Amino acid sequence: MESVKNIEKLLERYLEAETTVAEEARLQEYFLQEDIPAHLESYRPMFQYFKVAKQERYTKEVPLKPGRNTSYYLRWVSVAAVAVLLVGVYFNQQPLTSSTDQFASLEEEYTPEEIESAQMALAMFSKNFNKGTEGVAYLKEFEKTTNKFLVNE
Amino acid sequence: MRQSEFLNIVTPFKDKLFRLAKRLLVSTEEAEDATQEILMKLWSNNEKIASYNNVEAFAMTMTKNYCLDRLKSKQAGNLKLVHSNYTDENTSLQRQIEVKDSLNWMTRILNTLPEQQRMVLQLRDVEQYEYDEIAEMLDMKPTAIRVALSRARKAVREELIKKHNYGIG
Repeated sequence: MESVKNIEKLLERYLEAETTVAEEARLQEYFLQEDIPAHLESYRPMFQYFKVAKQERYTKEVPLKPGRNTSYYLRWVSVAAVAVLLVGVYFNQQPLTSSTDQFASLEEEYTPEEIESAQMALAMFSKNFNKGTEGVAYLKEFEKTTNKFLVNE
Repeated sequence: MRQSEFLNIVTPFKDKLFRLAKRLLVSTEEAEDATQEILMKLWSNNEKIASYNNVEAFAMTMTKNYCLDRLKSKQAGNLKLVHSNYTDENTSLQRQIEVKDSLNWMTRILNTLPEQQRMVLQLRDVEQYEYDEIAEMLDMKPTAIRVALSRARKAVREELIKKHNYGIG
């Protein structure tokens, strides 16, 4: 163990802030032991305290929100995902409209008579529908003229 | 930078940030808040971290500045001064040890020192940093650090001797 003389010298330099980290470690070690001369006893709390103080820990979780880096990255990923989705939808629709599968299946499923009658029914429907629209056209003309009267009055 | 990388950088010195914050702010809760704030600030600048040659010193400086600002605003607003007679119910191991009379007394002595001396003493005698490291953290000249440190050590010793003599007499 260190001699008392040595420690006294070290303490003197310690108080003048001339000791090195290693020498300060020696002092600390000395004052952590049990028997210390009475005249040095008053230094004990100091070095004990420094040791205890160093054991204190930051016990909380380190709070990390996703950093700017990640959110930046995520933003571009979402843009890319939407683009891929749109491209996918576009290419999926192409074959539906261009292929003749639908007509082929229609002819397979129905007899020519059935199709013919359906066409007739549709033709009748459209004829009557056109009549209706003509009627509406008259109605529009009627409204125009009434509006004229209303405005003139 | 990934979170895990960031944590690897920060973990070795986050306790030191906390202890410096506590030395200055006294209350454990406020020191925890300060540490959290500093770590979040570091994380939000994490792209720049790689370019700092000494992240630890940089973080210590941030902590110092943050705590001194807090203390200033505390002095401005009286409401917060309630914390000066702070007691916490936290029965951590640390607390139990601190209950020992002489250590408690040390805490009180240190809290009477000027902030600069407190910081220097904390960084040297508790954290065992070299003078040039402390100089970088506190933006002080090494000679000024030695002067402050010497004063702090002598002041603590004076108080301890007083206390010791009371104990005997």
